[in-house]
Parts: sequence; C-alpha cells; structure tokens
Amino acid sequence: MHGALDRDMVAIGTFEITNKLGIHARVAAKLVETANRFQAETFLEKDGVEVNGRSILGILTLYCPQGSRLTIRVEGVDAGEAMAAFAGLIEAKFGET
Amino acid sequence: MADDQKKTFVIKGIGVSPGIVIGRAYLFDRQDAQVPFYNLNDPGLISAEVQRFRKALRESEKQLLELKNKLGDLGGGMEPLYIIDVHIMIMRDRKFIDRTLKNIREMSVNAEWAVRMTVDKYREIFDRMEDDYLRGRISDIQYAGQRILTNLAGKGRAAIDMGEGVVIIASDLSPADTAQLKIDRVLGFATDVGGKTSHTAIVARSMAIPAVLGLESITRAVRTNDDIIIDGSAGVVIVHPDPEIRKRYEEKKRLYEKAQDDLLDCARLPAVTKDHYAVEIGGNIEFIEEIPSAILHGADGIGLYRTEFIYINREQLPDEEDHLAHYRSVVGVKGLSWATIRTFDLGGDKFFLDKKLSRELNPQLGLRAIRFCLKEVELFKVQLRAILRASVQGKLRIMFPMISGIEEIREAKRIFTEVKNELLAKGTELGKEIEIGIMIEVPSAVIVAEELAKEVDFFSIGTNDLIQYALAIDRINERVTYLYEPLHPAVLRLIKQVVDIGHKAGIRVAMCGEMAGEPAYTMILLGLELDELSMNPLAIPRVKKIIRGATLKESKALLKKVMTLSSTSEIRSFVGAAMRKRFPEDFPVNGP
Repeated sequence: MHGALDRDMVAIGTFEITNKLGIHARVAAKLVETANRFQAETFLEKDGVEVNGRSILGILTLYCPQGSRLTIRVEGVDAGEAMAAFAGLIEAKFGET
Repeated sequence: MADDQKKTFVIKGIGVSPGIVIGRAYLFDRQDAQVPFYNLNDPGLISAEVQRFRKALRESEKQLLELKNKLGDLGGGMEPLYIIDVHIMIMRDRKFIDRTLKNIREMSVNAEWAVRMTVDKYREIFDRMEDDYLRGRISDIQYAGQRILTNLAGKGRAAIDMGEGVVIIASDLSPADTAQLKIDRVLGFATDVGGKTSHTAIVARSMAIPAVLGLESITRAVRTNDDIIIDGSAGVVIVHPDPEIRKRYEEKKRLYEKAQDDLLDCARLPAVTKDHYAVEIGGNIEFIEEIPSAILHGADGIGLYRTEFIYINREQLPDEEDHLAHYRSVVGVKGLSWATIRTFDLGGDKFFLDKKLSRELNPQLGLRAIRFCLKEVELFKVQLRAILRASVQGKLRIMFPMISGIEEIREAKRIFTEVKNELLAKGTELGKEIEIGIMIEVPSAVIVAEELAKEVDFFSIGTNDLIQYALAIDRINERVTYLYEPLHPAVLRLIKQVVDIGHKAGIRVAMCGEMAGEPAYTMILLGLELDELSMNPLAIPRVKKIIRGATLKESKALLKKVMTLSSTSEIRSFVGAAMRKRFPEDFPVNGP
C-alpha cells in the first residue's frame, strides 16, 4: 500500500485559531512542516474553501485571523498521529500569544 | 566649508529598531526595473522558458539555504531564519509552481513575466484581506518572486561590495537581501516601505541595527555615499547633516549607547536631593517624535524645543499652519508640565537658495538666530504667531537665542507684543502666562545679565555656544576641540554669575546645553542652584540618579571648593575624584 492513500484512516477536527496574529507566515510554515512529517494528506478548510496542508500559499490565502474556525482533515495511515500533532500545535497557539 | 556643504534635510518614517547611526548611505538596488517581459512568439520557446524557470527556482532555493546558514553563523539571533524557511516553502509550493508554468504555457509569456503574473495574482488575493498583518504577508511572496527574477536575469548572488560601515537605503529588504549585503558591515537601514512588523524590522531588531522604515521617498532622495544619520528611536533620517547637527547626534549616539534600561525604573521619580532640594528636569528635543522618549526617560517638561527642523526640512518656507502643527504637539502634552520653544537659531543660509548671498566666512559669528530674525521680521512673525496660538493649549515658554545685548531682547519683545496684540484684536484665544526668556550663550550677555534680567522671565544657559564663544574655539574644528572644556574656571564663573544675577532679580535660571546632561557635572550644577536642567532625554535617568543620591549641602561644598581652583586640570581631577568617591557605581575608577 505504499504511496497510495489509505482511505480508511480519516481524522477530522475543528479548531479555533486563538493566537493574536492568526495564521501568518511563520504559523503557516509550522503547519506545512507538520503536514510534511506524515504520510497522510492534510486538508485545511475554512468557510467552505479547502486547501492542501502542504501548500504554504494555500494556507495563507485561506485567511485565518484570530478567532477563525479551521477544520483539519487528515487522510492516511498515520492520520491519527498527524491530527494529534496539529491539535497540539493549535492548542499551544503555535508557540505565540 | 559652505561650498560643498549640501543642504540638510529630514525624512520621517517609522522607527522600528532603536539606536542612532551616523554614516554614509549605500543605495541597494535589486535592479527590479530592468526585468524584461516579452511574449513567446514561437511555441517552441515554451519548453525553454519552463526550463529557465525551473533552473531559477532551484538556484533560488539553493541560495536561500546558503543564506540561512550564513545568517545562522552570524549568531545575531535565530528570529529571522524562519522567514527564509517561508520563502523556501513558497518556492516549493505546488500552487505557486503550477500557476507559473501555466502562465508560460497558456499565455506564451517569458518566465519573468509568468512569475510576475503569479505574484500579482496573490497580491490580488491578499489585498482583499481585512487584517493588516495578514495582508502584509504578501511581501513574502514578493520576496520569493523577486529572488527568482534575479536568478532569471542571470545575476549572480555575489555579495555586494559596499565597503565598511554603511547605512542601507532600499525600497524594501528581505532577510535574504540583508545577508547578501554582508550584514556585519551594515550600520543601519532606511527603506521606502515597511512598518513595525515587516521583515526588515524583525531582522534589524534581532541584529540590534537601527532602522527607520516607511520613509516613502528615501531611495529617490538619497544617493550612495551621502552622509546620513538614522535615529531609529524617533523614526527620523537626516540627510547631509551639517556639522552642528552631526555633533549633536554624536552626543545622542554616545548617550544612547550608555543608557541603561534599569535606570528607567526611577526615571519618572522627581529630581529631588536627599535634603529636599528640587530641580526641574527638561528634555531637549528637535522633533515632536522625541516627546514619548522624553516622557519615558523622566522629563518634567520640554526644556528646549529646537525649531530649526521645521525650516530645513522642506523646499519652501513653512507657513504659520506648518509651525502651529508642530507647536500644538509640544505644548500641553499629557505628562509634561511646560514646553520651552526656542525661536529660529540658524544662519540665513538655510533659507536662501542663492548661496552667494548668504555665504559667510564665519557663520558661527554671522547673521544668524535672533540677528537674522530681527532682520527678516516677517519670517520671524510667522513663527511668533504660531507659537502664540499654541499657547492656549498649556504652559508655554518662548526663548530667543543668541541675545548679545539689551537692544536685541527689547526689539524681539516689541515684535512679539505687536504680533500678540494683532492676534488679540482678531479675538484669538491665547494662553494667559506665556513666559519670555533668553538663551545666555554669548559672553556679553553674561556681562550685562543684570539689565537683561529686567526684561525677561527666565534665562537658559546654552553651554555649548557659551563655551565656544567664551574660549574662542570652533567646536567643529577637530584641531581645537581639546580646548572645549566645561570645567574651565572661566566657564564656571560665567555660569555662576548668570545664576546669581538671575536669582537676585527673582527670575528662573535654567541650563539647556550638553553640560546639563553630563552626570559628572551634576553636583556642581546642583551647587550652583540652577532651577532647571534640560538635556537630551536619554541623559535624564543618570542625572536624576545623581540628584536623588546627593544633597544640596554637599553639592554646595563641592562647588565652593571648585571655585577656589584656578586651572581646568585641577578642577577636573578634583571633581572626578569626588564623584568617584561619592558615586563609585556610576563613576568606575577605570571608566571612560
């Protein structure tokens, strides 16, 4: 099953972006780095628009200032771990205030 | 000297990284304007353009990785490195690459044009964002695009040789540009665009390099090798500073470097000696942008507002409203109990475009300050009217510079009263207690101080000029600066005479020269019983610390002893020893 998506493993979570500056370049870079650590594909969705979690420009153009609600969907063998990583990152406000 | 002296001018922007730099400009040009754009007439060229784009992309990425290592090696803090990661991620972004390739293939444009179109597309998207900070992130995409364009143009990434110690002038800078510029040789940044959160600001702060951004036109106004001063605290850039301004900024720079944050804690405490003798502390400023710093550093009021930059900062003469806008920002400011505005204190050469008319062999002794104002009465009146109109806002003191005898102050007052009556006749509301004072800086004024005291509400001793005139030294001439000595017995006697005469006449005596801000002299000045010491805001915390730690009694005893000494060297070593003994922490034995 290498290389192909394992459609059986899907994790979905919705989060509020609480850091002051919202998803700016550094935060987007952290999300991309996280997405790239896993085999699973990551999709970020806000207001009906979905982008690939490996695309920094996709994430930036999603436009998530403080208070935005972001839905993350991860599909693949390590989807659970990936989702836990995203949740931790957002929980910690990306290391910001 | 005046022959090749270019006209001093000022550009104001946003101070994003504090500190002062005095240096020469280096205009950084990414040669953006020379990027070629063209249509591909032959479809066979498309694959070649695609290859060019991919190659430029690979090179750009490689360079950024190298630059990242280089920046990391400099050890100036890790903060800016993530920005380079962001730029690398943008260059690897599938959307970014696909869009650009699509432009080449479907629009039949060259790689440069295709990259520009992609960047423009993102600009459109970002422009719609409401959040200022997020909208500003378009700059990352622009930086990435710019770097690809540079590689497409085939320009190497050879570090630019700009020589030692320069101030970088640019439209905008990415951290990658910064590294390319041999950042260890950069003294400061001044850019057309940008603000507190832009990348240049972040880099500058993390490297502790003073920077002023958002200057709008700096790249057009400045040429490589121009003399330039950057005040990253006030957000001001001074181009072609004349020697006097340069001198003053050298002093500010010295103070800034010595300023300690821990002293700020007690900066707002009153300047009162242990035996309850209170001194008022003023801040000397030349830009209204310096007011917050004056308050922060503990000024009770503005003891000297130099108005010269209102004049030399422009093409045309300032009108009354221009003046008023500045004075309104200085008078009645919350947290400051008075403002002393000094009228125009420069030579006429700052006005006239025809240099021949105004060229003087010895401008320091020439037609300047009050002399010039009394000759050009209409110009003088414009300033006086604005000062008077601002007086309704709060406690205002007006001060005339370079008064050398009784006629000058009487004439200045006559014109002042005339303007005042005109305003009152028009029903203009004015402040009730505008005080009138003079600078005591010409030795003759000290000699006739008794008469002068009858004409005014206060004296303010301008030690810089008083020393220069009394000891006959050109402060700008390096060969005689060794003679410039505030502790010369003649200088101390002149000052004492002014204070004694002023107090006998029942008027306030202030000091607003550099001497007032030197902590080594603070006890002497306390002993002299000056009512107000006005100084560069950055000097206030240290001076206050001495005042609060000393007593008037011991200061008077110190002064008494000093006045019996006949040579500068005796006075210097005596005062030095006394201060070291009394304040060992502030005057270390091996200190400067």
